[in-house]
Amino acid sequence: MTTDPVITARNLDLTFQTNDGPVHALKDVSLEINKGDFVSFIGPSGCGKTTFLRCIAGLETPTAGEITVNGMTPDEARRARAYGYVFQAAGLYPWRTIGGNIRLPLEIMGFSKAEQAQRVDRVLELVDLNGFERKFPWQLSGGMQQRASIARALAFDADILLMDEPFGALDEIVRDHLNEQLLKLWARTEKTIGFVTHSIPEAVYLSTKIVVMSPRPGRISDVIESPLTKDRPLDIRDSAEFIEIAHRVRDGLRAGHVDD
Amino acid sequence: MTSLRGIIPAATVVGFILAFWTLAVIPMNAHLAADMAARGDIVVTPVAPRDRQDLSGITLAAKNPAVIAMTYTLDRPRLPSPHQVAAEMYDTIFTKAPTSRRSLVYHAWVTLSATLLGFVIGTTLGVLLAVGIVYNRTMDKSVMPWAITSQTIPILALAPMIIVMLGSIGIQGLLPKSVISAYLSFFPVVVGMVKGLRSPDAMQLDLLRTYNANRPQGFWKLRLPASMPYLFASLKIGISAALVGAIVGELPTGARAGFGARMLVGDQYGQPMVTWAALFGAAITAALLVGILSMIERRALRRMGMGGAA
Repeated sequence: MTTDPVITARNLDLTFQTNDGPVHALKDVSLEINKGDFVSFIGPSGCGKTTFLRCIAGLETPTAGEITVNGMTPDEARRARAYGYVFQAAGLYPWRTIGGNIRLPLEIMGFSKAEQAQRVDRVLELVDLNGFERKFPWQLSGGMQQRASIARALAFDADILLMDEPFGALDEIVRDHLNEQLLKLWARTEKTIGFVTHSIPEAVYLSTKIVVMSPRPGRISDVIESPLTKDRPLDIRDSAEFIEIAHRVRDGLRAGHVDD
Repeated sequence: MTSLRGIIPAATVVGFILAFWTLAVIPMNAHLAADMAARGDIVVTPVAPRDRQDLSGITLAAKNPAVIAMTYTLDRPRLPSPHQVAAEMYDTIFTKAPTSRRSLVYHAWVTLSATLLGFVIGTTLGVLLAVGIVYNRTMDKSVMPWAITSQTIPILALAPMIIVMLGSIGIQGLLPKSVISAYLSFFPVVVGMVKGLRSPDAMQLDLLRTYNANRPQGFWKLRLPASMPYLFASLKIGISAALVGAIVGELPTGARAGFGARMLVGDQYGQPMVTWAALFGAAITAALLVGILSMIERRALRRMGMGGAA
């Protein structure tokens, strides 16, 4: 694996001006994400994990500090369509079929019809939804809808995949299954993934790097490089190594809470 | 069958209305019937017409059971009975050529054409205004208050002014009525479309930003399709408003054709059946128009995969 940083954040600060006064969402956040990393952001609500992901995506603008994506500003990277973004809700258009939803970014980006069809086929296969191209979203389960939304984010071949609690609304059994699939997909596509989650097992199971964050102001309290190998069966979660990392994450989360 | 189950409650309501109406005919027409009976050498109590005026319709009918049957067959009743209205409608719809001035179909078409033209104008105007309001801050601040104000002016006051003013610059016939129709029907479309175009949530808009989509793409691919259920709801309100507008447009100018004209004629020449037939004709036309729109709505939304959403 190469180790050029794809995303670099240095001393990032972000303050929202709200009616109740300024909210310090991010304070002095510095982080490097290398190509091919699977980075999880974990922390209680209000710790700025989603805000940080949105900064990377150019959906929020930091008030101070510096952030680059592929050597560009996030806004330039956004315009260069450098990443696919998966939201907590699948957010599929109810009036488009699954295929039509996946075609949406391709239409906007001006791919030819033939290219669109070929890409839709490929990503449907990647998320294991072959044969569902002509179904409407309401005909699919929640887990399948979220897989379709991942396929939509993969369709235009961005190197970076940003995922904001993509499985947060799903039950645990479905979530386990999707986690397993996501790891396979990551191994096949070698994308760089930023993944926001509330779940310690999910973070430890998926990540090569776990960023533990704490709230008020949102900041990074620990960065854990996972010693687990890339090949991870689900039962790795019972191994001593896994439990040890989970412990360290929990300690980091607790330390953050003592502060307030 | 859901349609059959839906018919029973509706039919019950109609049944009650018809029964009430049928009963109401007796007291409403009792005096007229008693006067006629007296002229036809039938003894009526009380004998003096003046004394009868002092009695209520119910009392008069109770004192003269022979008069009751006559209340249903008067030529110029105060309240026509359901079967009289039905006969008048049958007569003017099915036995007259649709091109004849005595055909209700002819008058329906006159009103309908103005309604449809006004509806198209109003809908187009409404959609354009809604797009302007959603995409332009100045229009958002300036247009909406005026749109709301426009609907607070009683249309009965405004209609004659519109007809007269347009008439004075040589515009007559269909168009002035359509202007009133459009005036009534653009408003629900504006309100519904503004809501519909703004219905996509922040996440949907963020998603398009991550694709670096431009404004027209956001409109055609997200906002417009998302607004369709809202548009259809507005269209159904708009088309009945347009019909009312066309009829109101026929009233103040002594129009010679259309439902409005029929209502006036019936009123002025003492032919209540004509008025009532026109009223029912208008109601049936409105129901048909809304029904057709509902059908288009169901088809369109089902094709869009939103069959259950509306």
